Amino acid sequence: MRQLFEDVVSAAVTAADTHRTIDAVWRIEAPKLIAGLARMVRDVGLAEELAQDALVAALEKWPETGIPDNPAAWLMQTAKNRGIDRLRRLKLASRKEDEAAREIEAQLEAAMPDLEAALDDDAGDERLGLIFTACHPVLTADARAALTLRLLGGLTTDEIARAFLVPEPTMAQRIVRAKRTLTDARVPFEVPRGEDRAARLASVLEVIYLIFNEGYSATSGANWVRPALCEEALRLGRALAGLAPQEPEVHGLLSLMEIQASRLAARVGPDGEPILLLDQDRSRWDQFLIRRGLKGLERAETLAKESKTALGPYTLQAALAACHARARKAEDTDWARIVGIYGALASLTPSPVIELNRAVALGMLMGPAAGLEIVDALKDEPALRNYHPLPSVRGDLLKKLGRMAEARAEFERAASMTGNEREKKLLLDRAKACTEAQN
Amino acid sequence: MRFMTIYRPAGRKSLEADVPPTEEEMMKMGAFIEELSKAGVLLAADGLLSSKTGALVRQSNGSVTVTDGPFAESKELIGGFVILRVKSRAEAIEVTERFLKLAGDGECEVREMYDEPAAG
Repeated sequence: MRQLFEDVVSAAVTAADTHRTIDAVWRIEAPKLIAGLARMVRDVGLAEELAQDALVAALEKWPETGIPDNPAAWLMQTAKNRGIDRLRRLKLASRKEDEAAREIEAQLEAAMPDLEAALDDDAGDERLGLIFTACHPVLTADARAALTLRLLGGLTTDEIARAFLVPEPTMAQRIVRAKRTLTDARVPFEVPRGEDRAARLASVLEVIYLIFNEGYSATSGANWVRPALCEEALRLGRALAGLAPQEPEVHGLLSLMEIQASRLAARVGPDGEPILLLDQDRSRWDQFLIRRGLKGLERAETLAKESKTALGPYTLQAALAACHARARKAEDTDWARIVGIYGALASLTPSPVIELNRAVALGMLMGPAAGLEIVDALKDEPALRNYHPLPSVRGDLLKKLGRMAEARAEFERAASMTGNEREKKLLLDRAKACTEAQN
Repeated sequence: MRFMTIYRPAGRKSLEADVPPTEEEMMKMGAFIEELSKAGVLLAADGLLSSKTGALVRQSNGSVTVTDGPFAESKELIGGFVILRVKSRAEAIEVTERFLKLAGDGECEVREMYDEPAAG
């Protein structure tokens, strides 16, 4: 009896271990597998399904047979077999179908010789094509983010749904629709070249930064940060830097995210309340990430210089983040340099949000009155109508000028505009502090 | 989760001979590092020179002794290390297995690193 019990326990432990290993193999292999298949079947949705089939087969077989010596090759082989099966079935079906089906058949037939080659070679760099496809501008930003996490992050739909705080069926729908949109729009599976490349790369960087920001300052929900999303964005950023190492902005974005992530531990108080940059305990900043970030920034600047291109928006933002990272104490911050970089950023991508940030920096450098002058000019900017940092910044400058009643009103207005509960509380606390300072 | 994988090659001979790695070895390692980068898990990696240029610094009962390399007495020398950022311990082990397949016989100590709480 005891022996039986132990056998059962040990079998369960082995199965759990096997599942963990499959999970690990999947996370490393999924993007390569899907990319290799996508190049061959020319359909990212179908490629993903074939890869999923292989994963299901592994989950069934491996707990019994043990993990194969080369799990990646096993997954490839299995996906390949499923692919050939599907092609055959499609061919059978299409015989009875109409002209359109015959056309698909012809395409698939033509793709057949590529099939073995695509799956047999390592096809590592196909992953770059996969990122470009998942981040195609034909998709909405939300869809791009979800699909990128699914195809390149190796995350399950459930994990992505939890990360974005939406129900799983909603996320599943979003992903299915995104894959269908790509198929319907006949988006080619390729790494864009020439003029197209810069615009498409911008779309990729935008998606990765969107994922990062959703984690870094969660726009909704009870928590101010969701570090898991930051981690995923960093992983995608590192992967992209490995796949496209010559692109300055790729290193710029990674540097920006690393320096910002270095403050994750410091920007949340013991009760989960947000702590603003200048109030943070800088000894809690992660120096390892800062070093990596500063190195990445250097790389981005060198690459831009070598290719004789101006610094891009992510590299400039990384340079801003670096100004803070280099200052051991808040009062050591090089505000003059920051104002200068905001100026460069504003001339590159003019935006009221950048102007608002420049006002903050100028306020630090020249005093609150100088900052307020810029902010007041932005007051009626339509793009900032629902942007709560505007009244928040204005409140801060007014408070420094001793205009407490006006400051309180601005903080209260900002609090009514944010959907994040932690942030709302912080703003209401600041409003209250103004009342107390007044009395 | 951050893990440090500390590599100790079997047989200290090649490590201590100061023979530069063969082109094939270099290519294999290069390919592996590239692969780790593309998977987005690599934070740092480096190989170490022989212990000849190293030193052992010990403290015992408060007094410090410095012994120049090579370290005759220690059986297993560290050949290099990799720092990974992965989602699970299983993933760190999976990556380490791949590393050993390329690096040849030897062992890797896989250790979780202290992590900043908010980024766990």
